[in-house]
Amino acid sequence: MGRTLAEKVYDAHVVRRAEGEPDLLYIDLHLVHEVTSPQAFDGLRMAGRPVRRPDLTIATEDHNVPTTDLLAPIADPVSRTQVETLRKNCAEFGIRLHPMGDDGQGIVHVIGPQLGLTQPGMTVVCGDSHTSTHGAFGALAHGIGTSEVEHVLATQTLPQVKPKMMAVTVNGSLPAGVTAKDLILAIIARIGTGGGQGHIIEYRGQAIRELSMEGRMTVCNMSIEAGARAGMIAPDETTFAYLKGRPHAPQGEAWDEAVEYWKSLRTDDDAVFDKEVVIDASELTPFVTWGTNPGQGLPLGESVPDPADLADPTERQAAERALRYMGLTAGTPLRDIAVDTVFVGSCTNGRIEDLRAVADVLSGRTVADGVRMLVVPGSMEVKKQAEAEGLDAVIRAAGAEWREAGCSMCLAMNPDKLTPGERSASTSNRNFEGRQGPGGRTHLVSPAVAAATAVTGRLAAPADL
Amino acid sequence: MEKFVTHTGRAVPLRRSNVDTDQIIPAVWLKQVSRTGFDKGLFSSWREDPDFVLNRPEYDGASVLVAGPDFGTGSSREHAVWALQQYGFRVVVAPRFGDIFRNNATKMGLLPVVLPARTVEAIQARAERDPSAEITVDLENREVRAGDVVAPFEIDDYTRWRLMEGLDDIGLTLRHADEITAFEERRPALLPTTV
Repeated sequence: MGRTLAEKVYDAHVVRRAEGEPDLLYIDLHLVHEVTSPQAFDGLRMAGRPVRRPDLTIATEDHNVPTTDLLAPIADPVSRTQVETLRKNCAEFGIRLHPMGDDGQGIVHVIGPQLGLTQPGMTVVCGDSHTSTHGAFGALAHGIGTSEVEHVLATQTLPQVKPKMMAVTVNGSLPAGVTAKDLILAIIARIGTGGGQGHIIEYRGQAIRELSMEGRMTVCNMSIEAGARAGMIAPDETTFAYLKGRPHAPQGEAWDEAVEYWKSLRTDDDAVFDKEVVIDASELTPFVTWGTNPGQGLPLGESVPDPADLADPTERQAAERALRYMGLTAGTPLRDIAVDTVFVGSCTNGRIEDLRAVADVLSGRTVADGVRMLVVPGSMEVKKQAEAEGLDAVIRAAGAEWREAGCSMCLAMNPDKLTPGERSASTSNRNFEGRQGPGGRTHLVSPAVAAATAVTGRLAAPADL
Repeated sequence: MEKFVTHTGRAVPLRRSNVDTDQIIPAVWLKQVSRTGFDKGLFSSWREDPDFVLNRPEYDGASVLVAGPDFGTGSSREHAVWALQQYGFRVVVAPRFGDIFRNNATKMGLLPVVLPARTVEAIQARAERDPSAEITVDLENREVRAGDVVAPFEIDDYTRWRLMEGLDDIGLTLRHADEITAFEERRPALLPTTV
């Protein structure tokens, strides 16, 4: 029987397989940041263990980073201690670190691909659930907890049980004005926040093949929001073109050899998936969330749902609770929802293409009165490139704030936060209660919808302008 | 980690689905660099509501959390597990868990037990009727016993053995260091390094 893409990558990394035990899987790349690593390094110190492969490990500062001034010390002493702890740990254990102020600094899932460290067929882990992003390259990439971070630091392996395989096939082409973010939000709404649980999702079909690498990363990034620890896309010419010439990509003969191998990384025609979902891309429209989990989303043209219409009592109760928290009334057209803040950025939508989409919409327009808009590049390199293209000038001219690289308002661990009751349209990945700040209300949107929303002050798509 | 063979304690019914790890431990608590002190952060936002189930005195000292489907979705933060344990929970029962949370829990010795939704509801209803009623979670026999409810649950042999012995995963893996070294010698040279 044929194998899926994920099975091929998985099988190639099995260090040890024994009856009645989990497989021991080798890890090719371990990404580290300040939040989920301090206790892991402590564990190593207590046991007197070194980092086995510092040369397969790289660290950056992202979650706690203020995005206003990267050179000033962090004002919050607890955040500062966490960042300083990472610096000490990286120095002690010999790990490459891109600290605040460094040209290579940025969100962990933006810098791996940018450096060419994320390559097809690799295993990639990080103490962060959005590690699934790297699956866009045909890598097997997933988030881990701090115990596993320590395990990888000490052994460069992880005990794993082979997950089940799920195919999400997206046929047809995305209509103009519909983006990768709309697609993944629609997929999550379709399969639910638990639908991918225990599975690796492989995204396939014409619409996936037509996505840029940035778009593919956006899709794979939110696999975890559908319950799947990993999402993958088979590498192709788009992947190779993105990688070629990046600092850590193979060069010369090694490049040709690598591409040859990468081309074999596709699901065999006779491979079997445990679960399959088929979506018609041509029916999709801009998609936004109305609730407090990423599965609670609808096309922008619809209205806030009435919980009474939901047959499942658990879903009904969750929807009632979500509407209370979000301060929404059933039946309100989504386009009538006014926002206070618009956030563009995060590991989901903080890449150059996302910023171009935003600048495109903002060009010659202004942010609505009373709305604040933050545009936060995913890395210093993205920032530099955006500035070289003049995107920052367009964004500033529209009245939005142009910031330094970091996780920013995705997760309320740095000064960029919502205040209680404040409502945002956000290009990030989670609309959980309090995710962007205690009491904050989040609508997940694409960069294009975020920009149009900033202009009108209400949830809107560029076509509405 | 502490061994887990069987545990008897009182249950707290948490009738909510999609209890994500941002709710279990809000991000502000993640800035700590130590492994302790997270009990105060457990559900800290929800605990501001005096009616929240953990604030009710009848559930003081309960050690089995019984929640709705998709418990522990979202962020990979292991702090969620530490917070539950430090608060006093030894078991979480739910119809379905987030993958990363469940994995983190078994690494730390917090037992995640998957039971059918109707069984979970029956256990919640019993804990609501009689908060003093005890529930037994028997890992050795893979069974939950709560009054009339006797429900088997699944857990793979290896994880069960590791939890019952309280074994550290890293120590177990390092027994196979030779195999890791042999694998490293076979790895293609063109794979990238970070240096």
